[in-house]
Amino acid sequence: MVNESGRVQRQIVLPLSKAMEISFKSLRIRFWRSIITTSGIVLGIAFLMSIFTTNLVNKGLLEKGTLEIKMSLEETEVESAAKQIWLVSLSLLVCVVGITNAMLMSVTERYREIGTMKCLGALDGFIRKLFLLESLLQGLFGSMIGVLIGCGFVIIVNLIKYGGQAVSTFPFFEFLGYMVLVLIIGVVISIMGALFPASQAAKMVPAEAMRSEV
Amino acid sequence: MPGIEQNVVRTRDVKKSFTMGKISLEALKGINLEIKRGEYISIMGPSGSGKSTLFNMIGGLDKPSEGKVYIDEVDVAQLDAYELAWLRCRKIGYIFQTFNLIPVMTALENVTLPMIFAGMSTDDSMNKGMELLNVVGLADRFHHKPLELSGGQQQRVAVARALANDPAIVLADEPTGNLDLKTGKEIIDLLKRLNKEKKVTIISATHDLKMLDVSDRIFWIRDGKVERVEERSEIKLEVGTMEGEF
Ligand SMILES: Nc1ncnc2c1ncn2[C@@H]1O[C@H](COP(=O)(O)OP(=O)(O)O)[C@@H](O)[C@H]1O
Ligand SMILES: [Mg+2]
Repeated sequence: MVNESGRVQRQIVLPLSKAMEISFKSLRIRFWRSIITTSGIVLGIAFLMSIFTTNLVNKGLLEKGTLEIKMSLEETEVESAAKQIWLVSLSLLVCVVGITNAMLMSVTERYREIGTMKCLGALDGFIRKLFLLESLLQGLFGSMIGVLIGCGFVIIVNLIKYGGQAVSTFPFFEFLGYMVLVLIIGVVISIMGALFPASQAAKMVPAEAMRSEV
Repeated sequence: MPGIEQNVVRTRDVKKSFTMGKISLEALKGINLEIKRGEYISIMGPSGSGKSTLFNMIGGLDKPSEGKVYIDEVDVAQLDAYELAWLRCRKIGYIFQTFNLIPVMTALENVTLPMIFAGMSTDDSMNKGMELLNVVGLADRFHHKPLELSGGQQQRVAVARALANDPAIVLADEPTGNLDLKTGKEIIDLLKRLNKEKKVTIISATHDLKMLDVSDRIFWIRDGKVERVEERSEIKLEVGTMEGEF
């Protein structure tokens, strides 16, 4: 019945799909908590997307819009590129810090769980993957929502301001490219934010699970 | 190889000190013990005597400052991370005072987790998980989350989980510490039954005197040292007189 004596073997490395399964489950169960973390990403990405979309709308109008609109645009064109880059970098930095903070909390909260998993045979790499994937899933989901909110908001505002022209002159294919770019940025920053917390989790010693004091 | 008489656990002069700032505390001061396959061992001692620390050493969860721990005559210190994980996964089952079930997983998922880590397919692990939940009498609660179960039930799920990969050793650190008298007794009886039926070696740290009855041997430890070792035959005589001491 029991594992008879024999050589000690090496633990197998589980496929990524297993880690994905567990990460997904744990996000679903901590749904509201995940939503709060995700909303930070949503805001940052929505801001980024709104800036890109505004630029695209203006570009379309400047190229193909009526003279009247061109004139009014040139008057209000005050925001310099440097200022935009500064704002965007700042908002993304806030995102990364927010994610790191949320993931660190999540690791501290689950130290016993992590220790227990290690007692049950989880490898360090598996624990790291769990947290990275959790953050990646949140980042992907949050970025998708953020992209929609960001461009949706800007398009509505411009429709009100300039009417149908804002849409008819809109450089649509360029816009799709930006959507993909922003999604990728969202995923990358969510992984960057999780790198340190995930390695803290992976380093945790299994003896932690044994400690009875909470 | 003579399977029965072989030591499944052996320690040689195991010492462990913790340093906190300038203060160094020696939690284990040279532990020597030999445990044979199929034994039911209790490690008794007051709180702070070093039971959990000893456990972490035997379970490959922490490294001794000095001395050696052998599991199935393999020096644990020689193992790399992958081999240690394999050992924890396959050779040893852990039971904790605080149950330590994964709160976001159902009873069944908790039991199957070690099998997943061992690389078993989902179907096989589900079947075996249900079997084990049946053994501990909780098959009908398989889809419940830990928080929906009583302490005794959670600990029974933890027992099933400890048996997931048919370990040679089950290490239990104060398994009845958070349970009332009656449920504590049920867990002890369950462990004893598994010890008899499955021939699993059970090593249990405790200061629960109910454990005395079922143990083959008892290691009494105090201040990080084994004070004395009692065989089953000697225990029976003393149980009556000892109740009063605690
Ligand atoms: N991680 C640790 N850091 C510092 N001291 C520790 C640690 N673990 C245990 N100790 C100390 O070692 C001694 C033995 O503890 P422990 O093994 O938990 O005893 P028991 O399980 O018998 O109650 C205690 O004095 C405890 O404070
Ligand atoms: Mg203890």
